[in-house]
Amino acid sequence: MDDDAEIVAEFLVESHENLDQLDRDLVALEQEPGSRELLSSIFRTIHTIKGTSGFLALGRLEALTHAGENLLSRLRDRKMDLTTEVTEVLLRTVDTVRALLEVIERSGTDQDPTVDVQVVVAELERVLAGGSAPAPAPAPAPAPVPAPVAVEVVPEALELEPATSYAEPAGAAPTVEPAPAVPPAPAAAPAAAPAAAPAPAAVAEPLDPEADPAPRGVVDSSVRVDIELLDGLVQLVGELVLTRNQIMQRTDATTAAAGDAELVRAAQRLDLVASELQESVMRTRMQPIGQVWSKMPRIVRDLAHLLGREVALEMEGHDTELDRSLLEALRGPLTHLVRNALDHGLEPPEQRVALGKPAAGRLHLRAFHESGQVVVEISDDGRGIDPAVIGAAAVSRGVVTREQLARMEPRDVLHLIFRPGFSTAEQVTNVSGRGVGMDVVRTSIERIGGSVDMLSVVGSGTTCRVRIPLTLAIIPALVIGEADERYAIPQANLVELVRLEGQDLRDNVEVLAGAPVLRLRGRLLPLVSLAETLGRDGAGFGAGVRSATDPLTVVVVQSDDVRFGLCVQDVHDTQEIVVKPIGRQLKQLAMYAGATIMGDGRVALILDVGGIARERALTSVETVEPVARVDEADSRALLVLEISHGRRAALPLTAVSRLEEFDLDRVERSGAVEVVQYRDGILPLVRLAAAIGLPESPPPEEQLSVVVHEEEGRRVGIVIDRVLDVVEEHVVLTEVGRRPGVLGSAVVQDRVTDLVDLDAVVRPVLGSRELVGAR
Amino acid sequence: MTATTTTTPVATRQMCTFWVDGLFLGISVEHVQEVLRYQQLTVVPRAPAAVLGLINLRGQIVTALDLRCRLGLPPRAGEDLPMNVIVRSRGEVVSLLVDDIGDVIDTDDHLLQPTPANLPPGVQDVVTGVLPLAGSILLVVDADRAVDVSSHLTTGGTPS
Repeated sequence: MDDDAEIVAEFLVESHENLDQLDRDLVALEQEPGSRELLSSIFRTIHTIKGTSGFLALGRLEALTHAGENLLSRLRDRKMDLTTEVTEVLLRTVDTVRALLEVIERSGTDQDPTVDVQVVVAELERVLAGGSAPAPAPAPAPAPVPAPVAVEVVPEALELEPATSYAEPAGAAPTVEPAPAVPPAPAAAPAAAPAAAPAPAAVAEPLDPEADPAPRGVVDSSVRVDIELLDGLVQLVGELVLTRNQIMQRTDATTAAAGDAELVRAAQRLDLVASELQESVMRTRMQPIGQVWSKMPRIVRDLAHLLGREVALEMEGHDTELDRSLLEALRGPLTHLVRNALDHGLEPPEQRVALGKPAAGRLHLRAFHESGQVVVEISDDGRGIDPAVIGAAAVSRGVVTREQLARMEPRDVLHLIFRPGFSTAEQVTNVSGRGVGMDVVRTSIERIGGSVDMLSVVGSGTTCRVRIPLTLAIIPALVIGEADERYAIPQANLVELVRLEGQDLRDNVEVLAGAPVLRLRGRLLPLVSLAETLGRDGAGFGAGVRSATDPLTVVVVQSDDVRFGLCVQDVHDTQEIVVKPIGRQLKQLAMYAGATIMGDGRVALILDVGGIARERALTSVETVEPVARVDEADSRALLVLEISHGRRAALPLTAVSRLEEFDLDRVERSGAVEVVQYRDGILPLVRLAAAIGLPESPPPEEQLSVVVHEEEGRRVGIVIDRVLDVVEEHVVLTEVGRRPGVLGSAVVQDRVTDLVDLDAVVRPVLGSRELVGAR
Repeated sequence: MTATTTTTPVATRQMCTFWVDGLFLGISVEHVQEVLRYQQLTVVPRAPAAVLGLINLRGQIVTALDLRCRLGLPPRAGEDLPMNVIVRSRGEVVSLLVDDIGDVIDTDDHLLQPTPANLPPGVQDVVTGVLPLAGSILLVVDADRAVDVSSHLTTGGTPS
């Protein structure tokens, strides 16, 4: 029961916030009756309250919000117009929800008969059914006066039974009355409506003493602190950290030289204290995720019961801590995701058994820290999400057009479930499936600077991965310099720093079709010039990068699953920075996440790595491991080549040592083999087209494109027409096109591509040399 | 909601005045938070052309807009440093960069007249009306419209 009380308390806090929002939205809606956005927002709020009240067995509240949601759903889908009457009913619904919440706060249940739910539900249903004239004179109360609703409803009740109404519930509260909702004096709600101003002062009085002695306050070693106070502290510490940075900079530069040892020592102490203070203040706001998880078994149990599922719940990483405000913000979305996993993911037991799975579905919750972020995964071993089904539903619902869908990657198709108004549940259940769920989840996660990702394998399960920052206010960042300005890159996005010069630069940076890439430990990393991204000294980076005499500084960054190298002018140092918002005028610039103030008081912009990736149209390079890998799918980086009149072939990137272009007149012959002199040696050449049984293209004008392959110290040059791209994707090899030199064909980037059997191609050449024969 | 207040010819009105390219402009004092000398700017590459940069206003980061650019007037001569008129608009604080600051004046007895139709469109866009004073004509600037650069997405960046 204790556990329940806690859940209820949280629900109340959350719902009150939601109701305030609802009031604002409804008022705004009156000004702007057609706004779909506002309707969606109202709908979501009611939906959230409904969902939670369902778990908490607050039947009357659930019935009311369900009816309200039905009406809103019609409005949202434009099956109904928002008339004054409808608005009025909606406002009444909100008032009644609020009244119920107050009852719940007082008594712990929603069974207080002084709040009449039936009448409002009936009203809602009548409006929903399209009924026009309301029942005898329900006093078309001053409709657009939604502001004082909070006081308005309770007074109604109090007015009717002045003596008993609040005394009774307070006394009767602990004994839970399972009695069904008793409709009170039928006149109650409608008649009281015009009584909007019955001396609110008088009302406030009897309410207050009641609210105060509420059985709160567990006496233990902790102190309850207003979260606003903590927020204020964080702000102040932020300012302190900035000042500390300023002082540190001054003492380093001037005092050390002047020999003022006292000041230097004081500054060092300040540095230490400020750091510790900052850490402590941040810690006061940290709470383990276990707080959310402790509620999960109950929620899962109830849901499983409701939906007829069997669920084995596993949870991992209870101690993972994150900022309180983030934890709060995470609670709703997580519950939603768990709900979805049970409703849409896990199959009913019979079906599971028929599929050869254990009857009980596995629901796995896992939280952990990863590179300055908190990752929460919700995995199930259910039916998975079929991109085909999602795609079809998205098209039929008008979320995307058929053409758009055809161009989408399966992963992107999966992400369609995050679009507003999307739901594949064939019937609307009480639990989920009205198409608000995932849209709400994503919006709330993104609001706190996080991201959601879906991974799914049809038939074997779905994993939803939520990434959120540890804290919002102060983050460590790398400060870099570009054209006299400084920019901060959040440490969370930072992978490593690479500095290249001279021969290294020429050896490891290649330019593919104008796009520079860096060869980094066997992988190719796309390079992006920060100067170019920021619109300075424009193009020419790609072409000039290799011939540049200056060293190249590459900041390897990662956002979600895109990793790339950002070429910057200077790297300064890492600092704790205080993230501050930037103005509306700059919101459309995706490459900035905000701004901060540097030690010298000047402003520096914070780069948004994800935004830069989108800006430069960098798509996902790394493949994300699916939850339950069916088999080790053949996922590897491929170098896609054009050979023989535009036909496509691919080589594993690991086999590529370098890309070269040779002038035609450098090609000589040695016996039957074409060779070029290359790096103090002789490089034998193989014409790839001929080697895999295709006709040769007409000889190029001047230069020969060659892929240099190296093994055991021997090199061979594979002559191609040109390099098209580097891709890293799941390749499904088919037997089609299998022939000597070709392992088979696969669809790479929507084109049929021959996968070259490298061994067969190079063996004749390398094999003809004595040393390599014995492999 | 504040946008409409300047258009009504209200009797009592104090204006914070300033000059931009020879034009005498004013913003209702209730929109003006403070007036500052030139502050060091941090350039924001790829920002709308009117955004000259960001300034640090006692720990708050404020976008500085060039009113010359916003009004469609020629750029300031190189060596002249602009002044900041810090205005509040829709909950945000924005700095308008102007050539020079004037006095705060009472415009009690003057009626707001419509902007002459032959003013350049950039000026028309920002100015809600004019107050013909004794020695000069005061162009009344609407703070909300002045800080709105969304319609001016001439993103050319601001090379330093």
